[in-house]
Amino acid sequence: MTLFRNVVFIAAIAGLVAGVVLACLQAYATVPLILKAEVYEQAGGGHQHEHAAAPAANATDTNAMSSAAPAPAEAAAPPAEDEGWAPADGFERFAFNVVANIVTGIGFALILVAVSEFAGGIGNWRQGVFWGLAGFAVFTLAPGLGLPPELPAMPAADLTQRQIWWTATAVATAAGLGLLAFRKSLPLAILAVALIVAPHVVGAPQPDSFETPIPEGLHHQFVVAVTLTNLVFWLVLGAVVGVVRGRFTGTATSLRGSFA
Amino acid sequence: MNTASVSLGASVSSQSRFMQLALAALLGIFVMGFVGFSHIDAVHNAAHDYRHSMAFPCH
Repeated sequence: MTLFRNVVFIAAIAGLVAGVVLACLQAYATVPLILKAEVYEQAGGGHQHEHAAAPAANATDTNAMSSAAPAPAEAAAPPAEDEGWAPADGFERFAFNVVANIVTGIGFALILVAVSEFAGGIGNWRQGVFWGLAGFAVFTLAPGLGLPPELPAMPAADLTQRQIWWTATAVATAAGLGLLAFRKSLPLAILAVALIVAPHVVGAPQPDSFETPIPEGLHHQFVVAVTLTNLVFWLVLGAVVGVVRGRFTGTATSLRGSFA
Repeated sequence: MNTASVSLGASVSSQSRFMQLALAALLGIFVMGFVGFSHIDAVHNAAHDYRHSMAFPCH
């Protein structure tokens, strides 16, 4: 299991570095916007966004708000009344955000390193940047076209359906980009484009109503912030994988030309 | 595809290599899915800001 161990080792370092970078960026760029949105949410809908109690509260509320809550899925969840444990605002919330960033950073890094090893591996930081761009396209850009980053209190379709569409879009985009980059045949390139386009032809699950107390400008700011912080995250992740892997194998430059 | 002259763990057989890489990718997908997609309330609340900031489907 030496290969597995090496992959995990590289992914752990890259995920840690990129996760910390992303957490810092989020603390300045996205989290303040989320907190602002929560003020609108509490003023507008009068329900807590931690969502478990929302369908019940909204059932008697205005129609516009009740359609915003993905009621069936959440009503079926066992702890329907209890919102469950949540970190306290302030440092605890920030700390959990940092942990979530690092843990998923390592998760993304595991996927990135494993997939890139199939294609010969990321040899240096520049190759890593391009692999990072691919990861950004697969995990942020493509799903974000159909399901833009949303703030608390924004209307959305059923959670499970959106998660299925999100996952399918990421898989199809990854397969499409892989075919484009590593297969030199025209029919496969056409298939690749079809794979990338298909999820958007099918269309993401949409809410019944788009009414929301969140101002348009705030949401737009959030979409830009999320997209850019994710771009930086993926570029850092790819570059660090390239650097660490290069140190590891002692061949920082010899894989040049195996990609692009 | 391409001919990488050096790879991580160069001595392993190709089948074992495939299994180990697949295992690593699966582990990554599991970790990401748990933090970003789990319907458990406590997990959702703990990673709430993160889910919004990564544009994961939330709520």
